[in-house]
Amino acid sequence: MHTPVEPQPGASPGQELIALDAIKKSYNVGRPSEVEVLHGLNLRVQAGEFIALMGPSGSGKSTLLNLLGLLEPMTSGSYRLQGAPVEGLNDAALTLRRRETLGFVFQFHHLLPAFSALENVTLPALMSEGRISSTQRERARSLLDAVGLAKALDKRPGELSGGMQQRVAIARALVMNPPLVLADEPTGNLDTASSSDVFALLRRIHTERGTAFIIVTHDPRLGARCDRLVELVDGQIARDEAIAEGVEPVPSAVVATQT
Amino acid sequence: MLWPGFELRVALRFLREGRMQTVLIIVGVAAGVAVIAYISALISGLQNSTLTKTLGAQAHISVRAPDDVVTPAAALQPGAAVLTETQPRAQRSRSVANWQALLPLLERLPNVAGVSPMVSGAGLALRGEAVLSVALMGVDLERYDRMIGLRSKVVSGTARLEPGEAIVGRELAQDLGVRAGDRLTVQTTTSSESLRVTALVDLGVRDLNRRTVIVPLRAAQNLLALPGGATGLDLTLDDVWKAQSLAESMRAQYPYKIESWQESNAQLVSALNAQSVSTGIIRAVVLAVVVLGIASVLVVSVVQKRREIGILRAMGATRGQVLRLFLVQGAVVGAIGSALGLLLAVALIWAFTHFVRGSDGLPLFNISLPLSTAVRVALVATLCGVVAAIAPARSASRLDPAQAIRI
Repeated sequence: MHTPVEPQPGASPGQELIALDAIKKSYNVGRPSEVEVLHGLNLRVQAGEFIALMGPSGSGKSTLLNLLGLLEPMTSGSYRLQGAPVEGLNDAALTLRRRETLGFVFQFHHLLPAFSALENVTLPALMSEGRISSTQRERARSLLDAVGLAKALDKRPGELSGGMQQRVAIARALVMNPPLVLADEPTGNLDTASSSDVFALLRRIHTERGTAFIIVTHDPRLGARCDRLVELVDGQIARDEAIAEGVEPVPSAVVATQT
Repeated sequence: MLWPGFELRVALRFLREGRMQTVLIIVGVAAGVAVIAYISALISGLQNSTLTKTLGAQAHISVRAPDDVVTPAAALQPGAAVLTETQPRAQRSRSVANWQALLPLLERLPNVAGVSPMVSGAGLALRGEAVLSVALMGVDLERYDRMIGLRSKVVSGTARLEPGEAIVGRELAQDLGVRAGDRLTVQTTTSSESLRVTALVDLGVRDLNRRTVIVPLRAAQNLLALPGGATGLDLTLDDVWKAQSLAESMRAQYPYKIESWQESNAQLVSALNAQSVSTGIIRAVVLAVVVLGIASVLVVSVVQKRREIGILRAMGATRGQVLRLFLVQGAVVGAIGSALGLLLAVALIWAFTHFVRGSDGLPLFNISLPLSTAVRVALVATLCGVVAAIAPARSASRLDPAQAIRI
């Protein structure tokens, strides 16, 4: 059926991917409307982990993901990505680190509507090399095949269902072979069935390639299918624990409202 | 630097995606380029035709005997009051001193294509009861022909200037009722001579045609009582625009009255300059409109594509790449618009030369779009596209990716 996804080269399990120490993030710094969103987080992520990032709206999940993704600068604290600090890097250097280390999957799949599925997947290669080699094209093709879209290579995003679009986005996140993929509610916009399918796909990729995932989700059932749960409440890590298989984690916010 | 394959490909796709916007702005650029190219061709055609018509029967530099002046008996003492009144002298017709020796010297000057000695003066043309005042011009036919291409201006008869023969302007021949082969009498204050008309010429200016009688050099010398003399030497140059500087250097060297065509046609030159300046202004304004048009379309496009720009940035596009992505769009719009605009200009020029005719049924003047002008216009328009894209491209490259994606 699906061709298996090739294993992740150079990602030995146990290698430290992310080390956050005392991360703070404020918006509108220096103005009366200044607001601190993250209040000193510490977080370690090893290669090959599969983490659910949960928490109520406004708890700072997206902000944390943007910081991890080098899309936003933090206000204070230290962030080492694959052992190398990112503070003080200029935009070009940050972009380069992002290219090498990270893949993104967003809630609204965010494909470029003017490009076919295959072209969307080859875009990261195009922007890092200036052209697409036949190896990269082949790679993109096999990734799309692996996510079950072998027949939709030349379709534009508008011609694909939401679940299919999200699969294209996942293939795109993987095409540069990043050791870590950040997914912001990758199933938030999908119905239950496709949502479960997409999640299963992420799990399969994780198993076959050893790619680490940090997945923001609101859905406790999906959270339960991860290996580790990090829960943010009010800009602080309220819970960070391994999930025993088959146990559905109840977010503490929910627990709080129930008691 | 990397091959900008990413920028080029994404830029083209963005433009294709924005169909209506892209088509409209390309049409706008094309219209601007067409106006610029057409006006350039029209004005340069007009100026060339004016110049050819003016210089066609005129020397580029003329050498004449210096004016007669009154030389005061004693040099004026500084500060002394002068009570005498000096009348300016009447200028008689005089020969350029030593012109036979001067001729080969002038011929060797750089840029000089030909030198023609001439004897000119006033006279009367008589035939039957008609008496018309004419400008008498004695020339050496071969040299004169080389200078103004007289043979190509012949409208009837064959240009020939043996002793006793004359070539006359077309309108003068009409007024006198002569045709090639007929005779007329030319009279001056000192003598008169009967001449056979060998050819009628059209010198390009009606007034000239109405009073020109061209005779052999020797005949004019006799008629005007200047035996062996020449009232002037006319020079033609390979490049008419070098006339002014050459005339100046000649003035420093020779004691003659030396005048370039620019000096004798000062009004024409200033008219041409005024024309060039106003064309320049029109072109600048049109270019400014083109730049603003491209810029406004790209500004809108940046706003529309915020999210896509954010995704590209998250996927690893650098600020520079996003910047270039929009610069390329400006360049592409400029280039395609230029290509279409040049085609449009060629069509306009074709229409002008085919449908706009003078009273004689011939095109008013020839205009064409030289390849060099076309290439220059296209390059400038493309460059303007890039310039127009600078501001939108900068704002695109400065978008905060995290924010752009959230929207």
